[in-house]
Amino acid sequence: MDLSSINPVLLIASVMVSATPILLAAIGEMVVEKSGVLNLGVEGMMITGAVVGFAVAVSATSPGLGFVAAAIAGALLSLAFGLLTQYLLSNQVATGLGLTLVGLGLSSLIGKPYEGMKTPTLSKFEIPLLSDLPILGDMLFSHDVMVYFSLLLVAAVWAFLKYTRAGLILRAVGEGHDSAHALGYKVTQIRILAILFGGACAGLGGAYLSLVRVPQWTEGMTAGAGWIALAIVVFASWRAGRVAVGAYLFGGVTVLQLNLQAAGADVPVALLSASPYLITILVLVIISARGVHGAPASLGRPFHASH
Amino acid sequence: MNRRTLLTTAALALTLGTTAFAQDEEITAGFIYIGPPGDGGWTYEHDQARQKMEAHFDGKVKTIYQENVPESADAERAITQMALTGADIIFTTSFGYMDPTLAVAEKFPDVKFEHATGYKRSDNVSTYSARFYEGRAVQGHIAGKMTKTNKIGYIASVPIPEVIRGINSAYIHAKKVNPDVEFSIIWLYTWFDPAKEADAARALIENGADVVLQHTDSTAPQAAAQEAGNVITFGQASDMAEYAPMPRVSSIIDDWAPYYIARVQAVLDGTWESTDTWDGIGKGMVGIGEISDAVPADVKAEALAMKDAIASGEYHPFTGPLKKQDGSDWLAEGEVADDGTLAGMNFYLEGITAEIPN
Repeated sequence: MDLSSINPVLLIASVMVSATPILLAAIGEMVVEKSGVLNLGVEGMMITGAVVGFAVAVSATSPGLGFVAAAIAGALLSLAFGLLTQYLLSNQVATGLGLTLVGLGLSSLIGKPYEGMKTPTLSKFEIPLLSDLPILGDMLFSHDVMVYFSLLLVAAVWAFLKYTRAGLILRAVGEGHDSAHALGYKVTQIRILAILFGGACAGLGGAYLSLVRVPQWTEGMTAGAGWIALAIVVFASWRAGRVAVGAYLFGGVTVLQLNLQAAGADVPVALLSASPYLITILVLVIISARGVHGAPASLGRPFHASH
Repeated sequence: MNRRTLLTTAALALTLGTTAFAQDEEITAGFIYIGPPGDGGWTYEHDQARQKMEAHFDGKVKTIYQENVPESADAERAITQMALTGADIIFTTSFGYMDPTLAVAEKFPDVKFEHATGYKRSDNVSTYSARFYEGRAVQGHIAGKMTKTNKIGYIASVPIPEVIRGINSAYIHAKKVNPDVEFSIIWLYTWFDPAKEADAARALIENGADVVLQHTDSTAPQAAAQEAGNVITFGQASDMAEYAPMPRVSSIIDDWAPYYIARVQAVLDGTWESTDTWDGIGKGMVGIGEISDAVPADVKAEALAMKDAIASGEYHPFTGPLKKQDGSDWLAEGEVADDGTLAGMNFYLEGITAEIPN
């Protein structure tokens, strides 16, 4: 087995590119679920973000604008989910699945004229000083700005939920919406805000796929990434840090196994191919084994002030 | 024009109208797709052929299709559904639909089934495929001539004979013109996942490959190669001309339209029989996309000469002497591989260092 052809610097860079879309979508969904709402439409919002981000980036020749548009598109789509489930009290599971179907159909409709087009690439952002470090500089500190943004977002979500009053209220709404309502918090409005945040994050994740990771628009290109994000939230037991661990493990093992195959490693390919799923689940289950890490108590339950 | 003539004309027009209506959509042809028609590759070409066929019959044939049907128990449900909605002939366009197609065909003896790339037939199930390996030979030749790192990356999908045949064909022809060439093969276990395909292309390029061949359905590897620069690729199943002249230097194009037209015609005529079709460059089912200017003129000329020799039947890509990977003899000097062995090919040829996953 000759693994010398694998370049660790390039490998880490690929891992970050591969992990970022899932990380963005998962951290958004985590906030939604923390507020007590289960939105299964992540895949639909992601692919809508992918197509809208791509279309805007191509038309405006600006990937930055593409990301902004993708976030708005994801949020708008999630608003439809929010209105249906929070005001019209539709079933969250069915509505979420519907959202995925709508997103897939809508995206292939919008994307038709953009097939085969090329996008302006997102420029690399080299962090001053740190990027000059030997090896580590290239490995960790000279990626595109969305990679850093996604990691900062994880830190921000963690701090928000743990240290701020607003974060506490969000969690209270998710744990017991009747009590939160009795205390005078506007459960429905808080949930709508969380849903919008989740939609925007999923949109960004999708746009990262079409603008950086692939980079092109192809119908159905998320190919299940949204479902992976949903699974990671559960296995990470609704903790921001673990969501990041899960997304990076999944992205990391995916890229690593491809590199091992390319280098001709002497490991059964079927095992390598299954390894991203196996290792991610295994690690997250082990680190979540101790303590109480149940789902938010009101997750998926409809709320109406009159009940 | 008096009133009577007017009425007669109207009546005539009405009769003609109804006749035309009755002629409308005599039969329904259904298609089951593995990916979306917008994949830019495999499914795209099947869908183009479906549209050409529909246009050819000008209203006599109605076509329906279902996209993104997984190669699992779900396939049987989707095919059954299509048979129930009244399809007279159903084309199932991926290898993994083989057993589901046969299972459904047994329940619907009056419906004709056409399974692409498979090898199991019955009274109402035909199989059809293209000799993609002929195109792979041309590809291998260009790849072997053009690689500078002597490392050729191959994005493989699922370990079935068709994919293995393609790898073997590309490999022996690259090796013939460049004895130092090495193949790195990545198996993705999926036909369509653009993100994974792009990751695989990147992994191959980062491991030193400067030629990336793909046997997956989307254009994602082309985009990844373009981003990396100085890497060449080949369009797979479709021309993928939007990536020419670099990275895409040529392509293998599947042309299913003449076959679909012939088979649907047979259903209309009542002459449909279960058959096994396996056509190549000669019959036009496999096309070689334009070889771009990125390829040196002499290499291009050699590639085209090989294409012509294959088309005329003068040259068979699997001509001995050839040995299997374990060193045992397969074909003696001048011997040509028989279709049976090719159809079930489950071994690599001598020189490939990887192992076939099982």
